[in-house]
Amino acid sequence: MIAVAAFYLFASIMIGSAAAVILSRNPVHSVLWLILAFFNAAGLMLLVGAEFIAMLLVIVYVGAVAVLFLFVVMMLNIDLAEVRSGFARYGIFGAAIAAVLAIEIGVADESWHSGALQLDSRVAVTPDVATMPNIQALGAELYTHYLLIFEGAGLVLLVAMIGAIVLTHRPAKGVRAQNVGSQVRRRPQDATRNMNPEVGAGMEL
Amino acid sequence: MITLGHYLIVSAILFVMGVLGIFINRTNIIIILMAIELILLAVNLNLVAFSAYLHDLVGQIFAMFVLTVAAGEAAIGLAILVIYFRSRGTIAVDDVHQMKG
Repeated sequence: MIAVAAFYLFASIMIGSAAAVILSRNPVHSVLWLILAFFNAAGLMLLVGAEFIAMLLVIVYVGAVAVLFLFVVMMLNIDLAEVRSGFARYGIFGAAIAAVLAIEIGVADESWHSGALQLDSRVAVTPDVATMPNIQALGAELYTHYLLIFEGAGLVLLVAMIGAIVLTHRPAKGVRAQNVGSQVRRRPQDATRNMNPEVGAGMEL
Repeated sequence: MITLGHYLIVSAILFVMGVLGIFINRTNIIIILMAIELILLAVNLNLVAFSAYLHDLVGQIFAMFVLTVAAGEAAIGLAILVIYFRSRGTIAVDDVHQMKG
């Protein structure tokens, strides 16, 4: 009974805060509502026993992605009046597309209930929670059968990190940095010259 | 009793809300990125719900990979946004067509 109540609580707060994300006028408020939506989604995942994914959602989304959003939103100092101008123009179009998607998802749900789809056998049967907790079962499955894809995911994160640094890094201007290579390469014959000018002619340096 | 259908309906509502958010905030690219995060969250919720109700662990592993890609996408998208804002002083998406050629 309490699980049912918790489901409806988490689901309603998540959907409400998702609506607030897309309708809020201030991007900072949108990010804060997004954080609330992520927390409630993590609660929904906890209810079905996916503890590790729920904690990952809190750590990665709330701890990293949402804070990154907040950082960028506050850094950019956006003109709010300018960015709200397109609401009326695209609202009808967006509502139409969302309605089509909703109908399609409803059709898929109905066909699922009518038993039209036959699912294949399970790939990795979830072990009993009493014998093996969720995180241990997930780790065993991940490192046994999905090791290459897991390393690929690490590669994706590495590429994203390097890409973000390369895109946003700019060398500081007006700083007289020491160039060690040119200092070491310098030879006496490059720096000094023997001259023998005539008297009174002067010399060109 | 909460069934799989309940979870599917909740994540469908969340997904549609993300799609709607892309369209009604056409000129604010930060909200568009947040709406994409909402869509990916709905997908994750779907994967986890199926994984739990079908007793198949692979759905949660897929959800982890989706999470990875979502984090990378947010980082790259915000980096592009920052350099765009630096060069033009605005983030209105209507001007983005000037980036080509």
